[in-house]
This record gives sequence, C-alpha cells and structure tokens, in this order.
Amino acid sequence: MTGIGAGLLLQLGLGALAVVSALMAAPSLRSRAGGILCTLIAVTGFVTGLAALLGATGGLLIPIALPMDPLLLAPDRLGGLFMLVVSGVGILVSLYSMSSTRGPDASRTAWVAMPVFLVGMQLVPAATDSVSFLLAWEIMTLGSTVLLLADHASRASVASAGIWYSAMSQLSFFFILAGFAVLAAASGGTSFANLQIESGSWPANVAFVLFLLGFGGKAELVPLHVWVPRVLPEAPSHVSAAMSGAMVKVGVYGGLLVCVRLLPDGPAWWGIAIMLIGGASALYGILQASVSSDLKVLLAYSTTENMGLVFLGLGASMLLRGYDATAAADAALVAALLLAVSHAAFKSTLFLGAGAIIHATGERNLDRLGGLGARMPVTAAAFGVASLGAAAIPITSGFVAEWMLLQSLIHGGRLDGAVVSVAASVAMPLAVAVIALTAGLALLTFVKAYGIAFLARPRSTAAADAHEVPPLMQLALALGALSVLALGLLPGPVAALVAHTVSPNPTAAVQSVGLGGVSLPGIGAVLDPIMLVVLSALVAIPVIVSIIVSARRHPHRTVDLPWGGGGSRARPRMQYTATSYAEPLVRVFDDVLRPSRDVQVTHVAESRYLVERVQVEQRVSDVFETRLYRPVLNLFQRYGIVVRQVANGSIHRYLSYSFVALLIVLIVVSL
Amino acid sequence: MNATLSAIIIAFVQVVLFVFLAPLLMGVIRQVRATIEGRAGAGIWQPWRDVRKLLAKNPVRAEGSSWMLTAGPVALMVSSLLLCVLLPLVGTIPFPSIPSDLFVIVSVMLIGVVALALVGLDGGTAFGGMGSSRHMTVAALVEPTLLLAVYALSIPAQTSTISAIVETRLFSPAVIISPVSVLALVALSIAIMAETARLPIDNPGTHLELTMLHEAMTLEASGRDLAWLEVGSWLKLAALLGLVSNLVVPWGVVTEFSALALAVGVVSIAVKVLVLGVLLSVGEIFLAKVRLFQVPELLAGSFALAFLAVTASYLVA
Repeated sequence: MTGIGAGLLLQLGLGALAVVSALMAAPSLRSRAGGILCTLIAVTGFVTGLAALLGATGGLLIPIALPMDPLLLAPDRLGGLFMLVVSGVGILVSLYSMSSTRGPDASRTAWVAMPVFLVGMQLVPAATDSVSFLLAWEIMTLGSTVLLLADHASRASVASAGIWYSAMSQLSFFFILAGFAVLAAASGGTSFANLQIESGSWPANVAFVLFLLGFGGKAELVPLHVWVPRVLPEAPSHVSAAMSGAMVKVGVYGGLLVCVRLLPDGPAWWGIAIMLIGGASALYGILQASVSSDLKVLLAYSTTENMGLVFLGLGASMLLRGYDATAAADAALVAALLLAVSHAAFKSTLFLGAGAIIHATGERNLDRLGGLGARMPVTAAAFGVASLGAAAIPITSGFVAEWMLLQSLIHGGRLDGAVVSVAASVAMPLAVAVIALTAGLALLTFVKAYGIAFLARPRSTAAADAHEVPPLMQLALALGALSVLALGLLPGPVAALVAHTVSPNPTAAVQSVGLGGVSLPGIGAVLDPIMLVVLSALVAIPVIVSIIVSARRHPHRTVDLPWGGGGSRARPRMQYTATSYAEPLVRVFDDVLRPSRDVQVTHVAESRYLVERVQVEQRVSDVFETRLYRPVLNLFQRYGIVVRQVANGSIHRYLSYSFVALLIVLIVVSL
Repeated sequence: MNATLSAIIIAFVQVVLFVFLAPLLMGVIRQVRATIEGRAGAGIWQPWRDVRKLLAKNPVRAEGSSWMLTAGPVALMVSSLLLCVLLPLVGTIPFPSIPSDLFVIVSVMLIGVVALALVGLDGGTAFGGMGSSRHMTVAALVEPTLLLAVYALSIPAQTSTISAIVETRLFSPAVIISPVSVLALVALSIAIMAETARLPIDNPGTHLELTMLHEAMTLEASGRDLAWLEVGSWLKLAALLGLVSNLVVPWGVVTEFSALALAVGVVSIAVKVLVLGVLLSVGEIFLAKVRLFQVPELLAGSFALAFLAVTASYLVA
C-alpha cells in the first residue's frame, strides 16, 4: 500500500474511532477527546494532501461487487491541494472546538457528526470516480446538516435554517447526480478517466449546466446562495468556519473538476456564463455584506463574494484559453485557486473570531459591540489580520490573489498586440470593474466590521464585560492569522505549487522569485511582498523613531472630557453603529438592496414639537429570496393544499387509487 | 551605474524632496486661494509652522481610545511615503523586484485610506464615525474608476508598471494626446480628487460642519498624531499630483542616471507639482462642494469615462 493509501485509511480509522469516542466518552471528556481525534484526522489529511500535491501517487481501492468502474480514492495534485485546504481549516476548527463547544454544541450527536463531516469533506477531492465522489459528497452534507442542527431545540431560526440547508443541498446533489448521469450515459463509464466526452457535444452542454447549478449551489453563487445567510450565521461558529472555509471549497473543487478535468476546452459561452454568474455573485454578495449589521451574516455574504471572484477567475481563464491567450489563462486560473486557498485561511479565521466574540459577549450584532480591542487583544489581532486579508490589503494572501487576477485580466484583452476578440475586450474591462468595486466595498465592509466591533467604546454592557477567550481558541485564531500572513508574504512557492495542479506547463505560467516573490513570466509582472515590507520598514523607521523620541518628552494625556462639546461627556450611544456606517451605501444602492425602513417617533405628551424618543428599524432582505424563491415556494404550497384534498385520509379512496393503479399497470403490461 | 543603486538614490531623493515639498505645496495652494479671495493669507510656510507646533504638544486622547490613535497616523505616513518611493516622480528607474506596479500602488494607497478610517472610528464620537463612513463609501466607489484608468493607461505600454508607462509617453508623445489617454487622465484626475478629499467631493477648508469628510476623521487626533495625519495626507496629494503631472508632461524625468539628470529631474518635478497645485487652487475657487449623495453620480461619470477609454483602446485602435 502506498503512503497516500495509508493516509486515507488512517483517516477513515481515526474517523471511526472519533465516532465511537463521541458515543462512549463521558460528557466532561467528550469535547477534549473529540477535538483531539478530529485534529489528528485533519493532520493526517493535511499530510496526505501535501504528499498528493507534491506529486505522490497511489490510493485506496474500495472493493465492490457492482458492475461498474472500481471505487478508487486516489487524489491527484489538484485533489491534493483541496485536501490540504480542507484539512488545514479542519485543524484550526478542531483545535478551536476543543474549548469552544459547550451546551448543545458539545452534545453526543454533534461530536459524532464532526468527524463524519471532516472525513467526508476530505474524501471528495480524493475520489477518482463519480460514485465515490457522490458518496463522499453525501457524507459531507449529512455531517454538516447534523452539526448545523445542534442548537435547534432552543432557537427556532436554527430549525428553519436546517430546512433551507437540507433543501438546497439536496437540490445541489440532484443536479450533480444528474450531471454525472448524463456524462456516464454518453461515455459509458463512471470513473473520471472514462467520463470524458467531447466538449462541444450536447450531452456535454447539458452536463455543464447541471454541474454549474450543482456546484454553484454548494459554492454559494447567486441565485443559489439563499441558504448561506441563514445557515452560516445560525450554525455554531466553528461549524460556520468549517462550512465557509472548507466545505465551500469542495464546491469550487467540483467546478474545477468539471471545467478543467472532465470537460476542458469548452465553448466560449461556458466561460462567459461562469464569468457572469461569478461577477454577479461577487457584487451581490459584497453589497449585502457591506450593509449587514450582523457579524456572521456579513461574513456569510462575504463568502458569496469571494466565491464569485473565484468563479470569475475560472470563467476568465476558460474564455482566454479558448482564444489561445495561454499565459493570461493560466495566470487567471492560478489566481482563482490562490483566492480559494487564501479565502480558506482568512474566512475561517474570521468566523472563529466571530465565534470568540459570541463566546465572550453573547452578541453577534455589531450595533451592540465595540471596544473589544482592549478586552480581547489576541482575538482583535487575529480578526484584524484576517480582515486585512479579506479586504485584499498588501502583504496578506487576499491581495496577492487579487493582484494576479487583475494582471491576467488586463493582459487578457490582447495577444501579441492584437485584440483577442470583441467578447474578451468587453468582458475583461467589465471584470476589472467588478473586481474593483468588490474590492472597494470589501474594504468598507471589513473596516466596518473591525472598527465597530473592536475600536471605540462598548455599545452594550455585554461588550463592556467581555474577556479574552481560552488559550486553545486563541491558538487557533493565531494560527489562522499567521497562515493569512504567510500566504501573503510567501506567495511565490505557493503559487508555483498551485500552478502544477492545473497548468500543463507550470513554470511558464508562474515562477517563484527572490524571497518568496511571485512572477508571471508570460505576462511580465512581478510582485515581491517581502521587499515591500522591507521598503515600508525603511520609510517607517524615521517616523517611528521621531514618535518614540517625542513620546518621551510629550507623553499622551488621557482626559475624561476630550471634546465634550458644551461640557457633557459624549456617551457611547452617540457613536456611529454598523447600521449608520453603511447608511450612505444603502442610499447609493437603494435600487438593488430595496431596504425597508421603519421610523417611529414618540412625542412628548405636552407638545407635538418635542420628541421623546425615535426608533429606527431597517431591514435589508435578500432580493433573490423574496422575488425568486418566495413565489416558487408559494406555488408549491398552493399545490400542496390542492393535493391534500386528493389524499384526505379516507381508506376507500386509497383502495380505489390502488385498484386504478393496478388496472393501469395491467393494461400497460398487456399492450 | 548599477540600476539598483540608482533606483535607491532616486527613491531616497524622491522621499526627501516630497517630504519638503508637500507642506510647501499646501502652503502655496492655501495662499493662492487666499490671494484670489482677497485675503492676506498665512504665507506659504504656514503648514511647516503648524507641523512644528503640533509636534511639540502633548497629544490628548479620549478615554477608551486604543493604540489605533498612534498606529493609524504611522500607517498613513508609511503608505504615503511608499507612494513617494514607488511612483516615478523624479526618475523612472524602478527597483528590480518591486516594479512600480500601479495595482500595488493603489493598494498601498488603500492602506492609508483604511488607517484614516480606523482612526476616525477609534475616537468613539459621532463625527469620527460619520467621516469614516463617508470616506470609505467614497473610497469604495472610486475604486472602479481608479483601476479602469490604470487598465486604460496600461494598454499602450502593455504593462501596468507606471515607470514603463511614463517612459512610453516620454518616447512617443503622440500617446499623451490620444483620445484614450485623455479620457483615462480625466477619469484618473476625478478619482484622485476624491481620494485626496479635494473639491468638489470634500471641502478642505471646512471645519465642524456636517458636510465634512476628511476633517471629521481627524477631529479626535491632536499633537503629533494629528501632525502625522496631516503630513501623510499632504504627501499623498503631492505624490498623486506628481503622478498626474508626469503622465501629462513626462519631460524632465530621469531615465538614464546622472548627477545632471537628477538635478533636472528634481527641479522639474518640483515645478510641475507646484504649478499643478496652483492650477488646482485656482480651479477650486470656481467649484462648490457637491452634495454628498451627488458624489456617486460624479464618480459614475468618471467611471464611464474610464470604461470608454479601455473599450475604445481595444475597438478603435
């Protein structure tokens, strides 16, 4: 047995052990034992994935007696990359959950589901045939659904989220199953090697659309993202981190599997369709995130944005490859993968940070937070670094990926000085504009999230009484933040490794230069973050020295009444909140967001001219949910009411149904 | 001479020159405005005196404000100084591993934007939050214009490296007056006005009004914190004006390193920036600040120009 096979087997064994331990262990030991075993599962997956990414081959054959291609788990380089990403998030989440879980989050069921979820996620990228892929996919979905429902007894919103999640994931599964069925019918095999058919043919087109719907649903693309703002906020935070950081990446892997591996070189409209959906998701996701005051809803929508950008890069690379702009296409694809990797790092850290805030304050409404920076320094630092990553600020991972995507796009419109095509010369500037607006709004979103939650003064007593979370949670947060920085400072080796997974000629696409810098030789662009840091340090030295010298002579003076404006201390209530922070944006994008605002003014009894209190309530609902899903759901509901009359409980009626059915069968058989 | 060494010398000269030039530029802009408005004005050295005064004071901080109040101004300063290092102001000789890529430069500028916004929030007052919120909204809406203008400028040079773009313009001046370049420059200028909080997006002369953007964020800062915030903002304005002037009038910029060329480069960029500053000041006399909620329309207009510039360069050329 090869090393990879042993790793996969070990994971399965550890998973079984973790399930047994969750069932048997005493409640006081359950979280500790489960967390340790889950960490071991994730570490095993990390090593296995790394080996596969570096080019090790081998796998695990699952013997079956059915007449189809064998079930083989043998990750290739691309699968290895995603195993690495998923298990990396798994390590953070497992460490964190060891001390974060309490109450219903630490129940027996939840700890049984956790290893199932982790193992399922890692087996999907390892699968090399459609049957084991679908099996692993369902294991992953099952595990995540159970984890989501941990707290359903005390909160009604969790149960509703569970229904949405189950419905949407089964829809995804149905589309993926149908896609594989179409491919299998056309090609006559079930393993990925045998599934390949000609990309221009109609079964390929049908399968492409089905896969796009299926994987797009898992990757939170509009309009299939409706489960996201319900599920990710309602799940326990470590589960949200695993879902957003890892499970969504499995959806991205599915997209890559289809577009790069199974059906490469598709027609131009495939690329354009993916770019359109990706661009729409990016813009819609970040708009909703920027106006949200609920920290976890904000992070959930921001996931839609990031996945939109990933698919935008994927679509651009497909379009460009069709026009033989190979260098730009490769760069776009590597950029998409880097975005996925960096998203795994920063988004899981952000969700864990949100979990730490909830752990300390019980609040996830930004309007009631504030001043946490002084009370929870480690969480604040980790959340800050991850926010910088999400806002694509230099020396974080998010920046490198967006830079590479922009470079590939601006070089995609032309090839050797000639215009590639009209489609590309309109699509590329539009894509750049979408990325730019997304980046700008992401900046606002994360300045808001960090600034309102961690800076200034607490807006509620819960925030004022907050304390730093236990050391293991701090450790997970710190590891996450470090990975965001490491990916941003050393993008060269990472990008070069990633290029090996998708490009036939990786060294022509991406190279590592200097101390971890990245270079795109086909495009002629270079970025060396470490040099940028050195340069910043050089220019910062005189400023910092002058500050230190002058701080000794003129120290800060803390005053109770700094700018009291008339003598009264400005109260914390007078600060800007997350809602007011996003108010200008809500006005600017009024037509898209359609907020509903309710202002209630209570007057003083004696005079109509004096106001006693003003209450403002603003809701921004999801346009897709109210306009697209509600009508369909209402239709189903009406249908359900009608059908209820057909099945009204009368035994005579049911017997007559059976009789008629039998008659029809007999008639059909006799024909 | 060795390219790296000359790049280092030029970067050093740029930083020193602009640290000196930026307060002077502000002095000139204010004095020109005062003179035209019939006021005596404080003289062109007043910003220097202000900075010296602020640096010698004990800064005051509100209870509950954090380290951001100290670190934010430093971050803004570093971002502005990096702009002075990376942009081809005196010369176009880039560092070998950090080419002056415009996407990187825009992101470096965003560090300063974020730092200022966080300082605004840190004070814990309504004004700071308000300024921060508006500042970030404008910054978000400016971003598409900025990056598309970069895209349009990058097409003739086939790279987004700004020193290569300036050199292309220097060696083939026809590029400068091509319609594509003019559209891109107009869009870029509007974007820079918004980024540096000038009229008609923000009124730099305003104080304690409900309309202010930049001033609102610095209200809680005092002493050296305020000094660094101010110098950082001035530096950013000076560097971006230097960028625009080198894009319009690239002559005088150092492409081959020599002592004479360096002297010419220093004098020419100083003159260009100051002249542009005077033009800016005169132009601002005739402008009123637009309403906050008309700013998006202005920015949408500039975005349309930038988009036209890019598509025109593909479809017309």
